[in-house]
Amino acid sequence: MSTSPGTRRRSTRRRRSRALSAVLITVLCLGLGLGIATQVQRTRSGDALADSRPQDLVVLLDGLQEREAALREDIAESEAALRRLRASGDTSAAALGEARARAGALAVLAGTVPVAGPGVELVVTDPGRQVGPETLLDVLQELRGAGAEAVQVGDVRIGVDAAFTGVPGSIALDGRQLAAPYRIRAIGDPSTLAAALNIPGGVVDTVRRGGGDSELTERDRLEITALRPLTDPQYARPAN
Amino acid sequence: MIGLVALVVGLLLGLWLDPTVPGWVAPYLPIAVVAALDAVFGGVRARLDGIFDAKVFVVSFISNVLVAALIVLLGDQLGVGSQLSTAVVVVLGIRIFGNAAAIRRQLFKA
Repeated sequence: MSTSPGTRRRSTRRRRSRALSAVLITVLCLGLGLGIATQVQRTRSGDALADSRPQDLVVLLDGLQEREAALREDIAESEAALRRLRASGDTSAAALGEARARAGALAVLAGTVPVAGPGVELVVTDPGRQVGPETLLDVLQELRGAGAEAVQVGDVRIGVDAAFTGVPGSIALDGRQLAAPYRIRAIGDPSTLAAALNIPGGVVDTVRRGGGDSELTERDRLEITALRPLTDPQYARPAN
Repeated sequence: MIGLVALVVGLLLGLWLDPTVPGWVAPYLPIAVVAALDAVFGGVRARLDGIFDAKVFVVSFISNVLVAALIVLLGDQLGVGSQLSTAVVVVLGIRIFGNAAAIRRQLFKA
């Protein structure tokens, strides 16, 4: 089978154009892939700002400046709040400290906490069973008058509502029976307390006259460990 | 088929070589890529419809890219560059979607 030269030429040309178009398609698609990959990497690396349009950059700059202003405002507000909170924290801490100090002083007075400090220890012996409750009350009064801040008789802490009852030889303190020798411990200035007790005609003399004896010791450090339960007042209420 | 292979090879080449784009091309590259994608989708659709013509594909590809770049250039000169770029991307996106829908109908009959 023979073909005419014209037909052959035509088919050759067609084949050539086909190959050419394939090459062109390949090149174009290769370029497209290259372009996509390049653009994706450029976008990801974030240097798109370098070749943005000036208008876009102005808009971006405006937005950033606005944000900066807003953030600065936020910072100022937060700092003001911090200052305010710090100031109020200081005052409330001071109030708390003051309240704690007052509660401590009141607890010492009421006898609800153990205390330690300088003071005197007085031991009253009573072989003749002649020392009465009024004598011990005198001792307590003298100690209080001399500025004793905490007193313990036997193992009973003296509070504002302590009371000596009974008869000589059988004395009760707040309903608890005391046994001779009576051991009284008081915290305060030792020399002042000792002077108050030893005053002529004072407690020590009274005890000696009643047939008893007393031994007074000044201590640099004395511990009063007995506690009083805190009772709620039944009738009295703060008036203000 | 050969186009698809070339596309993948080009992608890998671009990722591997990481070519730097000269400054004057940079604004036109994204739009040109989208325009070329439009041409490729059109070509695929024509191929599936059985009316693919290599000459038409090559011409439409090149003219798409050139026109897109020209529009961006013109927009930049007129001061509406970003808006015009958005417009071009929207139009090309719609066309790509249409072509993709046609391809999907051809391939999955759905």
